[in-house]
Amino acid sequence: MNFWDYLGSRHEQLLADAFQHASAVFQCMVIATLLGILIGVVTYRSEWAGNLATLTTSTILTVPSLALIGLLIPIVGLGVPPTVIALTLYGLLPIVRNSIVGLRGVDPALVDAAKGIGMSRTARLFKVELPLAWPPILTGIRVSTQMLMGIAAIAAYASGPGLGNEIFRGIGSLGSKNALNQVLAGTLGIVVLALLFDAAYVLIGRLTISRGIRV
Amino acid sequence: MSETTTTEAAAASAVKQTTGATIELENLTKRYPGSSEPAVEAVNMEIKAGELVIFVGPSGCGKSTTLKMINRLIEPTGGRIRIDGEDVTDMDPVKLRRKVGYAIQSSGLFPHMTVAQNIALVPKMIGWSKPRIKDRVEEMLDLVGLDPAEFRGRYPRQLSGGQQQRVGVARALAADPPVLLMDEPFGAVDPITRDHLQDELIRLQHELHKTIVFVTHDFDEAIKLGDRIAVLRERSHIAQFDTPEAILTNPADDFVSGFVGAGAALKRLNLTRVRDVEVRDYPTVTVDDPLQEIFNKLRDGTTNELLLLDKRGRPYKWLRRGDLMRARGSLARAGSLVHDTVTRDATLRDALEAVLTESAGRVAVTGRRGEYTGVVDMETLMNSVHELLEQDRLDAIEHQHDLQDQRAEQTHRAQEGEGAGFREEES
Repeated sequence: MNFWDYLGSRHEQLLADAFQHASAVFQCMVIATLLGILIGVVTYRSEWAGNLATLTTSTILTVPSLALIGLLIPIVGLGVPPTVIALTLYGLLPIVRNSIVGLRGVDPALVDAAKGIGMSRTARLFKVELPLAWPPILTGIRVSTQMLMGIAAIAAYASGPGLGNEIFRGIGSLGSKNALNQVLAGTLGIVVLALLFDAAYVLIGRLTISRGIRV
Repeated sequence: MSETTTTEAAAASAVKQTTGATIELENLTKRYPGSSEPAVEAVNMEIKAGELVIFVGPSGCGKSTTLKMINRLIEPTGGRIRIDGEDVTDMDPVKLRRKVGYAIQSSGLFPHMTVAQNIALVPKMIGWSKPRIKDRVEEMLDLVGLDPAEFRGRYPRQLSGGQQQRVGVARALAADPPVLLMDEPFGAVDPITRDHLQDELIRLQHELHKTIVFVTHDFDEAIKLGDRIAVLRERSHIAQFDTPEAILTNPADDFVSGFVGAGAALKRLNLTRVRDVEVRDYPTVTVDDPLQEIFNKLRDGTTNELLLLDKRGRPYKWLRRGDLMRARGSLARAGSLVHDTVTRDATLRDALEAVLTESAGRVAVTGRRGEYTGVVDMETLMNSVHELLEQDRLDAIEHQHDLQDQRAEQTHRAQEGEGAGFREEES
């Protein structure tokens, strides 16, 4: 059976896996984005708190994904919970770091002006600082998503959802006639998903970054 | 108190275009933790409503810090601030700042918002209705000389530096605050644009009568704009707080005269306009006059030179005796063209410049449509400068006497007051 026949006969299963993969990454990205920006907002003003946040999230990233998921299984069990926790934790670093860098990069004269015309702390954050820091934050989200696409495949190890199952099945049955097709279908599926997400981010950037600061 | 009163006050003042409010600083002090010397030490100052006061001083003298304490961007560590008699030292700073316009160097416009959005910020925060805000944005753009249709939807980066600064001023004035603070607003634009912006500010202030506190390190800017100038030395100590004329002619001490710099007399010329001095009449002829008449006028000996006006009465050429002969009777070739004219609104400095460059040694003064109204020459200028300086000196001396009298009276009253208190307690 060649690759195209394989795709034709298994397309339902593959589409379901791809959908689950995308959905898992998407949901974890939403959580990671909210959490990451929140951590950034809370810590960017203080030198040490900001550095601590960046250091912690980058330490998490150095833990091999397989090991992290393995460590999580005894605590939260198999399936969706370890997947979501691991993906969210991995997704944090680029977002936290770019939030902090972005917020710190806002011209102090503008913050001064915002204060001077009578904006409250919240208004300053939401109307001036976050919109100006948004381009780097969005870049962080984009990088995170690309990364999570790959890491999500490992989730299959903990019986998580997604295209990783296809790859693991293939690796598990190496030598059988469909092994290569399975690995290939899973991998290519992830690549295609990643490209689709990236296209979506370009669109989001167009829509959400003010024309006044777009490069 | 306040949210409603503030909005109402702002609304009320928007209707009647009020003059500004008084500002009183009383022992205003800023001491940063960990430094032995205060950054600003016990500043006492009264600024009248509708007055444009300049803080000028060397960099690091605390002038900016003092300004920022007025809207409490920097919290004072001691002393009181009163605006329009109301103590604002402990008021919610966010509410205070909505009543006090603030314009800074390089405009401080938010790059992600359009010009209209930038200007609408404060009116929006104090809860104006949408149509009112829209009208106000148009009005403000008009006020600062930008066409609303063209500029409303632009982003700051699509504007020149001067235009950005105008929008910055429009934003600061949008909610019609009685007080406007300007922190070196024209520091980052080129000299020609700065000159324009200064003229604009003078015009605006003429219309609006806000109380403006303006910080600069440029003494010429201070003289040009200020009703009164506070020359500040380190720790914001007031070296002299007086009118530009008084500071130029009678600097309080070496520090002030050092800051005024050389050429005080020349700078004084900036403060007087052509309309304030004697504009002389001068013999003129027009291009339509018969040649013979022009000949006769030149030859009858009362003058060596005539001013030739064009068909619409505008200065055209200086004609000397003999010019016509040399040009063989052709007006088109005779005489020397008028290079430069001044209007009655020009400063004496501009007039002097023109007199020095004009070959005739005098400059023609023109009216609104460029028509001839008279001339100013070197002699007039010199006489008026002498008179001005003399007058300033007398004023300064008188002013000092007044101050001494006032002080004496105050001490006298204070002593009497104490005495009265005693008697009352005893009885």
